[in-house]
Amino acid sequence: MSEEKVEYAKPLPDFRPETKPFWEGTKQHKLLLPKCKETGKVFFYPRAISPFPGSVNMDFDWVESSGKGKVWTYSVHYMGPTKAYKGETYVVAMIELEDGVKMMSNVVDCDPETVTIGMDVEVVFEDATEEVTFAKFKPVQ
Amino acid sequence: MSNLRDVYIIGVGQTPCGKYPTKAAHVLGREASWAAIKDSGIYARDIEIGFCGHVYQGMGVGQRTLKDIGLVGQPVINVEGACGSGTLSFWEAWRTIAFGQHDVALAWGVENLSKIMSGGPLPLEEDDIEVALGMSMPGLYAMRAKRYMDEYGVSKETLAKVVVKSRLHASKNPIAQFRKETTVDAVLGDPVICDPLTRSMCCPVGDASAAAVLVSGEMLNKIKRDESRLPIKVLGCVAQSGGYASATGLTCDPSENVARTSQMAYEQAGLGPEDMDAVEIHDAFAIAELIVAEALGFAKKGEGSKLIEEGTSNFDGNIAINPSGGLLSRGHPVGATGLLQTVEIVNQLRGEATGCQVPDANIGLIETMGGAQPAMDGITCVVSILGK
Repeated sequence: MSEEKVEYAKPLPDFRPETKPFWEGTKQHKLLLPKCKETGKVFFYPRAISPFPGSVNMDFDWVESSGKGKVWTYSVHYMGPTKAYKGETYVVAMIELEDGVKMMSNVVDCDPETVTIGMDVEVVFEDATEEVTFAKFKPVQ
Repeated sequence: MSNLRDVYIIGVGQTPCGKYPTKAAHVLGREASWAAIKDSGIYARDIEIGFCGHVYQGMGVGQRTLKDIGLVGQPVINVEGACGSGTLSFWEAWRTIAFGQHDVALAWGVENLSKIMSGGPLPLEEDDIEVALGMSMPGLYAMRAKRYMDEYGVSKETLAKVVVKSRLHASKNPIAQFRKETTVDAVLGDPVICDPLTRSMCCPVGDASAAAVLVSGEMLNKIKRDESRLPIKVLGCVAQSGGYASATGLTCDPSENVARTSQMAYEQAGLGPEDMDAVEIHDAFAIAELIVAEALGFAKKGEGSKLIEEGTSNFDGNIAINPSGGLLSRGHPVGATGLLQTVEIVNQLRGEATGCQVPDANIGLIETMGGAQPAMDGITCVVSILGK
């Protein structure tokens, strides 16, 4: 059977200066988090200035996350934001990573209706296009 | 900010909420604006400046609205702040008078959503990472609901009761989009959009416009007007953009923004939540009524459901929440919503509510929450406090 390349029809994020290292990381199947050089703390969502009170840092290291965490909250979606999701049932979740940050993502590789708050999950990478790879999460077996 | 001038609302107008795919935004806007001008008793040409809130309606809607009335030449500013656009235009009108730039301003909000969509979630910016993960507005509030239910032991039935109360209020409101009462079983029996939110726990797609004429205290004393039309004083009015919910992540919790903004509005008014008689809040989804009621100080954290369970938030309860039916039932024509809420509170304070009249309403509050944005607790929150 020949594998035909199916074009990815769902919305794609754009890369901004603040988020580019994150997407370069996922492309290499690494989950990278920005770390404030001044306070030594990691944070998420990536941004141009340190979010920590008192810090004037505008320059960051990118450190690799363990990719392990728990479902902080979630919702099984029976209707998506665009037509490309029609007929799909999927899980959007907030993942609380061991590193101490929360990240919105999808819980995949399981029956959506078995997801629960507090469930242990780990990162998996989904190559959507040649440029974009999503960091998603699956239940820890 | 003790040197702010007094500002009064002297006229309001609104159109019914519904689907009017053939009515252009400026046609709806003209209907509400003209009604507000007539209600104010002011000569139309005395309006010095106009602010038009909308989101999806294209170029120059404000100017096109006033042109149909015959008001041209004065400054008109189109204001956009997602679902808070209407109240953001109200805030602009209030502050231009409060800070002494103008004496008479018209604020209106308008949206014709059914022209661009028949149903489903509002279109979001597709390049946002969270939209790329399949998040939608109902999805965001659904996640908030899941966490809330887990933390505080709240059931789906309680969320359904928010809708039942909303429909009950709307059933008496002639301008409401959904005027049929419902039951807990019917709400829970609806298709699930984003678990745990069923379709009727989400606000509908609809169209409308609403408007208010604002004047300075000095002008109120100068103009000849119908004394039977009670002027309503703006006691507090604050707009705030969303912030990062926390340094280390997202909480999908717009209530942080509401708490921050309302605190500033209470301070400006010198009042507290215990002083409010009637409030219109941004219940775009059933869960929002609970978390926003808490953020506004009407219940302790995690106890917003008691207001529903005990009937405290009914129109004749201790703190009447959404006597119009709110976004869930009166409707949520995005840019118009904030002004629809404002018109409702003005009518309540005048004792002229078109639907459920809150008994002895002296002070009211309006809270509008605009939009979802990655990592932020909303785009715009506006809280205003009105009194007679």
